[in-house]
Amino acid sequence: MKQSATPPMLEVRNLRSGYRERPVLQGVSFAARGGECLALLGPNGSGKTTLLRSLSGVLHAQEGEIFLQGRSLAAMKPRQRARLAAVVPQGGEYPRELTARQMALLGRYPHLSWLGCYGSRDYAAVDEALEACGAAALAPRRLAELSGGELQRVLLARALAQESPLLLLDELASGLDMARMAGLFDLLERRRAAGACVLMAVHDCNLAAIYATRLLGLKAGRLVFDGPVDAVFTEEKLSALYDIPIGVLPHPLWGLPQALLARAHGPRSHDGFVACPADPCPGDPCPADPCSADAGAGPGFGPAASFGAVAGFANRDAGR
Amino acid sequence: MPTRSTLGLQRAGMTATSHSSSPSGLSSVRLWPAFAALAALWLVSLPLACLPGPVPLAAGQVFHALAAQLGLAEPPQDASLMLVVGQIRLARVCLATLCGGALAVAGVALQGVLRNPLADPFTLGISAGAACGASIAIALGGVAGRALSGLLAAMHISLPGPAALVAPAALAGALLALAGALWLGRGDGGFRRESVILAGIAVAAFLGALVALIKALNEESVTSIVFWIMGSFQGRGWDSLPLLLATFVPGLIAVALGWRALDVLTMGDEQAAQLGLNVGRARLWLLAGASCMTAGCVAVAGVIGFVGLVVPHVLRLVLGCGHGPLLAGAFFGGGVLLVWADVLARSVLDGGQELPVGVVTALLGGPFFALLVRRRP
Repeated sequence: MKQSATPPMLEVRNLRSGYRERPVLQGVSFAARGGECLALLGPNGSGKTTLLRSLSGVLHAQEGEIFLQGRSLAAMKPRQRARLAAVVPQGGEYPRELTARQMALLGRYPHLSWLGCYGSRDYAAVDEALEACGAAALAPRRLAELSGGELQRVLLARALAQESPLLLLDELASGLDMARMAGLFDLLERRRAAGACVLMAVHDCNLAAIYATRLLGLKAGRLVFDGPVDAVFTEEKLSALYDIPIGVLPHPLWGLPQALLARAHGPRSHDGFVACPADPCPGDPCPADPCSADAGAGPGFGPAASFGAVAGFANRDAGR
Repeated sequence: MPTRSTLGLQRAGMTATSHSSSPSGLSSVRLWPAFAALAALWLVSLPLACLPGPVPLAAGQVFHALAAQLGLAEPPQDASLMLVVGQIRLARVCLATLCGGALAVAGVALQGVLRNPLADPFTLGISAGAACGASIAIALGGVAGRALSGLLAAMHISLPGPAALVAPAALAGALLALAGALWLGRGDGGFRRESVILAGIAVAAFLGALVALIKALNEESVTSIVFWIMGSFQGRGWDSLPLLLATFVPGLIAVALGWRALDVLTMGDEQAAQLGLNVGRARLWLLAGASCMTAGCVAVAGVIGFVGLVVPHVLRLVLGCGHGPLLAGAFFGGGVLLVWADVLARSVLDGGQELPVGVVTALLGGPFFALLVRRRP
């Protein structure tokens, strides 16, 4: 791992972490460099948030070590840590009276002198970050008046104002409409291209496939895959990760792989929903359904053939 | 005050989200005029509060004596005028303004650190500790103190009178109670606000029982203990100032340096740590600073409730929720409030009779606070 001259932005070695009696993460190891965007995939409770909390230093490793730019996280002061890694947390309670701009300004805390006064550079960084997140108009509003998606944007602005090379994002997309989501992830993509390292926990694996350069699959606290999107975004790996049949087909415009729920039965299969081309008894929830019988058997499950057809169609139309 | 502490326990789950309700939040347009008005009010209150008192004096005489005290004018002919104004009234006003400011600043700091809108300088058992120390000193002053000082006098050691021991004993009690609460509330990796509040309540309950026990065992000192616990500036003069300043100045420095940390702490412990704050250490410094200021006040003037609770809440409506303006505003606001409460306490009854100033602040502060809570949408 350390053969290259510059240490990686983030290195995790054999991490075990979690709560007092219940270790959530076990033997997690990976490294990430600037210019990478890692998406952390995994079912609920698989340890995504625990990993992000460990990396931000608020949850101490029970075993193993974490390095930020080659320096041990455990030995770092909170201030140094915050200059290297900025966090957008999930949920949380916020003081209602604070304005959005005041909250974004708190991102400058690790850069303040002991007097704690903001300087013109701090204001400039915050205004720029708010602008970039499309939250400039929200600046004078109180947090109590913000919607969930607006709050997410202000939180991202706070993290960007921190000017840390590593961004840890926990479900950034939650509460955002599609346009805002695309805007924010485009912004993150520009940051990544400029050399930042982004690590984001996401539920939407299609979003991950579009924006991430690398995917980490976390299941029951262990890393089950780690690799570039093309290599790991497959039907087998995703189905195994989420314990439900998942089909993968190319995005009709960009050719990137996208995932679809591919359970044999749709939710309304009993009233005419065509669940499976080979369904022997349509409209009847049949116990001896051949589709569900081999659904867990890997790549050979029913709808794969139709996905192939769609994929061909998409590739022809993609034009790139 | 165990009752208030218990209330704090019930509401300990309240988050900072319910701190206050300003219609517009902080607007810097409104901030500076409000701040200037507060400072001006404070500055004007100091000489004006020297006017009323049991000895009838003309305003001109009082201002003349004040100017003389500051070295701005020739001393007046009448030496008793200098004594009444310079030694008694001005000293009381200065003590009251410092105590009020200290209690309000400590209130802002504690409400911020514990993220509990009902925290006040006495949440951590400080008042109970001070009351306990003072009660022991008063009771011993009555019985054992006489024997002890007689013994010491025989050995040619002069001891300050029992009354002079009350303030240091209260200070020691307050600091011991605080140390106990912080020690009990210290979990792994720092101070969690819930455990600190609970530890304060436990300490306060125990020490409150101890005070009751002393009162029960020593009936002759009940009156002076009760009067002391209600809080009063009666008979306090310049000689109390060193004790007050010795706790006020270091406490104020610790709290003032943590003003931005208080802002960051409103985000909750986890996000504060992610923003680069050493949460455990910041909390310890702020708690220690606020408690130190409170302990000094209690040692000098007894337990004066409501200043540390009401002033921060009112100021949040005016100054918003940034802790820099709040702390500075609290110093002036608390000072003004307690100066005028003390004026009321010493001039409401005639014939030189005084009310405990703690009674005045509680009588005015209670209904006012209730109105404030009612009006919250």
